[in-house]
Amino acid sequence: MPWLSYRKALNRALGDELARDPAVFVLGEDVRVAVSNVTAGLFTRFGPDRVLDTPLSEQAFTGFATGAALSGRRPVIEFQIPALLYLAFEQIVDQAHKFSLMTGGQARVPVTYLVPGSGSKAGWAGQHSDHPYALFAHAGVKTVVPATPEDAYGLLTSAIRDDDPVVVFAPAAALEVRADLDHDGLAPVPLGVGRVHREGEDVTVVAVGHLVHDALAVAEELAGDVSVEVFDPRTVYPFDWDGLADSVARTGRLVVADDSNRTCGIAAEVLATAAERFDLLAPPVRVTRPDGTVVPFAPALDRAVQPDRARLAAAVRKAFEH
Amino acid sequence: MAHAPDTDVGLYRTVRLIRLFEERAVELVRSGDVVGGIHPYTGQEAIAAGVCAALRVDDVITSTHRGHGHVLAKGADPARVLAELAGRATGLNRGRGGSMHAADFGLGILGANAIVGANGAITAGAAWAARQEGGDRVAVSFFGDGAVNQGVLLEAMNLAALWRLPVLFVCENNGYATTLTVADAVAGTITGRGEAFGIPSVTVDGMDPRTVLDAAREAVDRARAGGGPSLVECLTYRFDAHHTWEHRARVRYRDDDEVRTGRERDPVVIQGARLTGEERERVDAEVRSTLDAAVAFALDSPHPDPAGALDHLYATGMRPRPGGGG
Ligand SMILES: Cc1ncc(C[n+]2csc(CCOP(=O)(O)OP(=O)(O)O)c2C)c(N)n1
Repeated sequence: MPWLSYRKALNRALGDELARDPAVFVLGEDVRVAVSNVTAGLFTRFGPDRVLDTPLSEQAFTGFATGAALSGRRPVIEFQIPALLYLAFEQIVDQAHKFSLMTGGQARVPVTYLVPGSGSKAGWAGQHSDHPYALFAHAGVKTVVPATPEDAYGLLTSAIRDDDPVVVFAPAAALEVRADLDHDGLAPVPLGVGRVHREGEDVTVVAVGHLVHDALAVAEELAGDVSVEVFDPRTVYPFDWDGLADSVARTGRLVVADDSNRTCGIAAEVLATAAERFDLLAPPVRVTRPDGTVVPFAPALDRAVQPDRARLAAAVRKAFEH
Repeated sequence: MAHAPDTDVGLYRTVRLIRLFEERAVELVRSGDVVGGIHPYTGQEAIAAGVCAALRVDDVITSTHRGHGHVLAKGADPARVLAELAGRATGLNRGRGGSMHAADFGLGILGANAIVGANGAITAGAAWAARQEGGDRVAVSFFGDGAVNQGVLLEAMNLAALWRLPVLFVCENNGYATTLTVADAVAGTITGRGEAFGIPSVTVDGMDPRTVLDAAREAVDRARAGGGPSLVECLTYRFDAHHTWEHRARVRYRDDDEVRTGRERDPVVIQGARLTGEERERVDAEVRSTLDAAVAFALDSPHPDPAGALDHLYATGMRPRPGGGG
């Protein structure tokens, strides 16, 4: 079977949705020549009314997408770097997200905010390495962090078809992940449904985004000692609590790996919900960035603040041996 | 309810309706039936009336925290707007929006917006979408003088000009952003903001509905013909407080002489002078009975069911987890 990279999967999802629904259009910085590669070929195929290069005006083009969505379009905005979401936070969280309720259900705002290259990219330092998905989940904006090429395709497709605003974070560390896939088998993946990548009996590891691959490697490494189940929520908001409950009911132990900041991060929410709902045999453990992290430049320093396999393996052992 | 008509009687009816609406709304704030207060539009009625008279029903508008006038002039049912202010289930937004978010998508009212300047970008997107659909619909963004210092509005002007979008930027310069005067806030001029992007920009008397209508019509015609956006700065005066809490806050930033002089040029009087006494009385009586009925409708309407407080949070009907505690 042919190989498909995560980046190419995003590209295919965009192309397929543009072809399927004339209301879909793509906008963002340098999307015509596809500096990120995610929009490669789309301008040639669909033309200037469907693929719009915007000036560097994040607030305006994000609000513009809301206006277009209120008028029946389905915009997909590509954000060049994750920190640009901070500039557009008002437009996403305070405008797009609130329109449906504030208008008493008159409005739909089907905008997709695609962030290819979120999180640490070695050497990009403080303002280019944030992974701010927890902020959007906290605000109640639908928030997706795919881990694999087929999920990148399937979740982006569902995000575009969803009638609400959805932020899709494509972790930098996942963009080059490749999978041996039948292209014709690519299909939408529903939002809010997690995926068990590997079954296990002793410990459930919840891993977000590219950390799924680290969790799988750790599970392999510990196999024989500890039987690890790897649960990928895929959508961090809405979160598949029932899917996780099923997993934890089997294993009784919980570890969460999440490379957003510790305080009020997704891991914090998973642990809180576990305390309310799950019967655990041992205290849950989380592996996250430190509180309030600003990612330092030097590669060794950058790595020091990211969850890594060693810390994850230690967390799994701690939960297991408790 | 039709959108604002462009005849002399029609313009008078619109300004009269807005004035009386605001007076009744302030009474309901005082009686406690409208919680949270309002930003009264009194004094600025000529702008909503004049601009909306240049529009068709299928054109769209976005509005501000001071939005009742725009929403009414675009044709929203006063009874349902008032019910919205009173937080009733029959309100324009089913009691979910209140004074600062009134919207009626069926009439092209994409919502009042409580974040100063934010509606400018939304308007640009709506105008682009309208053009993509074909036809010659236009989109209007109303905003105050305070908004011209918001980056998002200036970014939106650049987009609108660059892409020749059918947008009419209407600045209601009432001289104040809450308490801050234009002189203390705006470097350069307001029309200069538009001119910087190559947008045809004019300043007009915003107290006279006919003057506003003429300027709006020219801009709307240009937009419909593919000529891109325009900026119309309307000089006006806010007769009342920035917000109904102002009296309680006892802030002083306008002296009595200024307010008295400002109130001398009253759009209701200016437009009323174009009618016969008989015509005026007929309209006044009609508007009074409309508002009497609106007040009765609003106050008789049921309150929304608290069990549905987060209904409509997601267009897809997704239900959020409850807050917990039991
Ligand atoms: C971006 C933003 N900043 C501040 C506020 C608080 N605020 C609400 S109305 C207002 C004054 C707005 O002045 P202007 O735009 O001139 O409109 P006016 O009230 O005079 O109609 C302010 C500061 C806000 N809602 N949004």
